[in-house]
Amino acid sequence: MTPLGWLQIVVVMTLLVLLGKPLGEFMARVYSGERTALDRVLGPVERGIYAVAGLRERGETDWRRYARAFVLFHLVGTLALYLLQRAQGLLWLDPDGLGTVSPDSSFNTAISFATNTNWQGYAGEATMSQLTQMLGLGVQNFASAASGMAVLAALARGFARRTSGTIGNFWVDLVRSTLYVLLPLSVLLALALLTQGVVQDFDAKAQVELLDPIVAADGTRTATQEIALGPVASQVAIKQLGTNGGGYYNSNSAHPIENPTPISNLFECFAILILGVAVCFTFGAMVRDRRQGIALLAAMFLLFLPALAVTYWAESSAPAALAQAHVDVLANEGQCGGNMEGKEVRFGIAASALWAAETTAASNGSVNSMHDSYTPIGGLVPMVLMQLGEVVFGGAGSGLYGMLLFAIVAVFLAGLMVGRTPEYLGKKIGIFEMKMASLAILVPCAVVLLGTAVAVVLPAGRSSLLNPGAHGFSEVLYAFSSAGNNNGSAFAGLNANTPFYNVALGLAMLAARFLVALPALAIAGALARKKLVPAGSGTLPTHGPLFIVLLCATVLLVGALTYLPALALGPIVEQLQMADG
Amino acid sequence: MLLALTLLTGVTYPLIVWALGQTLFHERANGSLVVVDGHLRGSRLVGQAFDDARWFWGRPSATSPACNGALSGGSNLGPTNPALAVVVRARVAMLLSARHPATSIPVDLVTASGSGLDPHISPAAARFQVDRVAAARGLDPGRVRALVEEHVEPPSLGFLGEARVNVLELNLLLEALR
Repeated sequence: MTPLGWLQIVVVMTLLVLLGKPLGEFMARVYSGERTALDRVLGPVERGIYAVAGLRERGETDWRRYARAFVLFHLVGTLALYLLQRAQGLLWLDPDGLGTVSPDSSFNTAISFATNTNWQGYAGEATMSQLTQMLGLGVQNFASAASGMAVLAALARGFARRTSGTIGNFWVDLVRSTLYVLLPLSVLLALALLTQGVVQDFDAKAQVELLDPIVAADGTRTATQEIALGPVASQVAIKQLGTNGGGYYNSNSAHPIENPTPISNLFECFAILILGVAVCFTFGAMVRDRRQGIALLAAMFLLFLPALAVTYWAESSAPAALAQAHVDVLANEGQCGGNMEGKEVRFGIAASALWAAETTAASNGSVNSMHDSYTPIGGLVPMVLMQLGEVVFGGAGSGLYGMLLFAIVAVFLAGLMVGRTPEYLGKKIGIFEMKMASLAILVPCAVVLLGTAVAVVLPAGRSSLLNPGAHGFSEVLYAFSSAGNNNGSAFAGLNANTPFYNVALGLAMLAARFLVALPALAIAGALARKKLVPAGSGTLPTHGPLFIVLLCATVLLVGALTYLPALALGPIVEQLQMADG
Repeated sequence: MLLALTLLTGVTYPLIVWALGQTLFHERANGSLVVVDGHLRGSRLVGQAFDDARWFWGRPSATSPACNGALSGGSNLGPTNPALAVVVRARVAMLLSARHPATSIPVDLVTASGSGLDPHISPAAARFQVDRVAAARGLDPGRVRALVEEHVEPPSLGFLGEARVNVLELNLLLEALR
């Protein structure tokens, strides 16, 4: 660990808070339908979209119709993406002749991108044509993020309103999220990435004459290097902002064309968390009590910063496999040292560890280093951040609505301790809300544990492992933690492009998306109908340090009780084995 | 609705970025390609494999063939996987058998990068190879060392990422040195 490494981390965190606030407050205006500075330019575009889409009913609806629209939109999007992959060999913009994608891989990828998971069972540059990247994956990058943000806006309205039957209009929230928030930010970020060398063209692979042709052990000679190009900058910008994470290339943002410099890395690190931070301010503004949003954000930072520090510390020392005789693994003025297997020199340890913690805290899932080669503790932290339910920043919108479900459980626990009916933001929390919150919290847990158990029992699950022993188990646990919480990162040694994993992880992603979002909408509907209860002397203030600690404890307690046994079989036992030599 | 959003985010948006990139940053938006005497010799951003003693060597690459620009990836070997210790040992032996100083080997020269296309090595890894490269080319080691020191890039903006040396650029300059 070096002072410069810490400085990078502090700079990113400071930028997030400084810029998250104005963005969040702007978003609150967008969701309230108020006038914004962008109206003059984007207002006509917005009306144009409604005209093209034939959307006549722009009035607010109850939660059932809101939820129906949410499901319908995902269904159509998934189906369209499936068909596009199956037909890409027959369509345009496939200059490298990649051909059609297999049915099980298409199934998995369609769900993966529609649910904002962006798990990649395939290798991007060798599988997806430029047309599929843009019309399919790129569109779902926007759509899945925007629909998550829409659900959050609906839940915030549920808290803010009294005795109201409606929580908003899904289609309007979807379009406004895309047009006023995601699109302008993506254009700015894509431009910033272009300055650093991320490509944006429609050419076939570049054919390079190597300076030093490669002669393999079996005598085969390679004299050219093919470099895959394409519309990368536009795709990478939205994949980071929308907490999608699906890379243009197989090695994701470790690839020097997706992430060429430490400066592009800074932009991308910032983009991964910015919406997760901003929506906390949006929520505070929408419920007309900014302290509430800040308290939720504080809880997120309180969970995030220790996790980040542990990863950075763990990766700064090299495992025994690297620290052999004659190898220098210590940081000095000529190198950063540490566990460099699977990491890039331009990022070193600090920027890799920062990314690993961010991408799993947010449900982003892109990587700039290979998590499978992390030390046991360095790999445990990203796994735990996903297992906590993607509520530490989490996905665009989905992270905060997940955290609000935990807040409901936290006030319920506090209520139990003093024997009072729990309240949150002036709404009494009843049996229905508690049932829905519990369901949404427990489903991902069940999916992860059951999925892992089934996979390690079946030969079809075990045959995909790359690494032996406890680390192999970690690969499976990581895969289901990722899919079952809509993250998308991987211990990529696991060969997940098999019919078994494509189907099993596809189902896990569906459960994680819908069985969290739909209960959140049901709660929104129920809360909107309720009256406001004035805060009394027995009300737990939900903007103070006591509540922040209680909320963190609730998140950690649920995570620890659920996952400690499984973690003990994977990274923890591996760490003990390593310490033992 | 999906159709309308597809037109906006799947067609208009990438085309806007494409138009901006091609007009404002033409060279970078097309892959930062290096053309020498009319021949495409590489991308500044993408690492190439070098084996001959006359070149500076880059990071080990887990792709097949090494530095495969059409299918990137890391080794994904876990820290306790015996296979990782075996490949690292083989790389150490290979580096020691070449004419290198008896000092320790920088860790980035014995570990595979995440992408398999890492264009950089650490300054320590470049300094480590100076004597061998100079001997193979019959150059004065001092001259080669000076070339390396000129091309050490400090951390970006002074604090982002790590100091590094671009191997392809260094080798192209080395070739021009004669």
